[in-house]
Amino acid sequence: MLEITLGHYLALAAILFTIGVFGIFANRKNVIILLMSIELILLAVNVNLVAFSAHMGDLAGQVFAMLILTVAAAEAAVGLAILVVFFRNRGDIAVDGANMMKG
Amino acid sequence: MLQAAAFYILAATAVLSAFMVVAAHNPVRAVLFLILTFFSAAGLFVLLGAEFLAMILVIVYVGAVAVLFLFVVMMLDIDFATLKARSAGYLPLGGLIALAIAAQLALVGFAWVGADGAAAHLQAPMPDDTHNIAALGALIYDRYVLFFQLAGLILLVAMIGAIVLTLRHREGVKRQDMHRQVNRTRDEGVEVIDVKRGEGIG
Repeated sequence: MLEITLGHYLALAAILFTIGVFGIFANRKNVIILLMSIELILLAVNVNLVAFSAHMGDLAGQVFAMLILTVAAAEAAVGLAILVVFFRNRGDIAVDGANMMKG
Repeated sequence: MLQAAAFYILAATAVLSAFMVVAAHNPVRAVLFLILTFFSAAGLFVLLGAEFLAMILVIVYVGAVAVLFLFVVMMLDIDFATLKARSAGYLPLGGLIALAIAAQLALVGFAWVGADGAAAHLQAPMPDDTHNIAALGALIYDRYVLFFQLAGLILLVAMIGAIVLTLRHREGVKRQDMHRQVNRTRDEGVEVIDVKRGEGIG
């Protein structure tokens, strides 16, 4: 209990991941909270990668985590830009109204 | 002992604030709790010996991404209470799916064992004599330089994409046109008027 092992970090990452997935359903209409939930999920993945990296003594996992961080930042920027354009066109951000393209 | 206490405090903060992100009624509070989650995760990274990633997490996520979220939340005039109420119907389904995912992750976690020969196949073993930052720098500028450059390219494309998406050409805005300014000739700029004495040009 007092010795922190890999399993502790994996459990924490699993909890964070589950909260992120729950957040996507609990805030289905609110794109901003949805994007934040995705950030939480990516953070959980990063915790996993860094925990394994420290456990195995392999730095490649941290390089991988850094690339995920980059992609997450890019995704947040583009997602929020789309959100701003969507709000400008429709006046609200409810995603169930996002069928303008009739795809 | 101290490490265990730090882990439990940081982990509890991370989980609680992560839950508050998805449960908060006020999106500004959700962003602030997201920042707290990232700070706790940065602390956990320090505990794991990944100091560089911890600092990157604080700088990139707290300094840029979370502030971007805050900016958008405050800039857009959104009726969050209605959105929240309309999402409430999905709570049972969301809880069920979250439970299923947690159960699956737990199953994997309990069944998982490390492979015997894994230690012999490390991609980039941590050197003992340098810091985390120096070792990581030597790695990303040497062996993983292509991935590093590609990550930079992704950021560039994301930046251009965000600008193109939000750029708006408004009509009727007076701007300086360098080309027209420079190409002006004397004839269209100056007019010589022969004014009769005592009459003015009116």
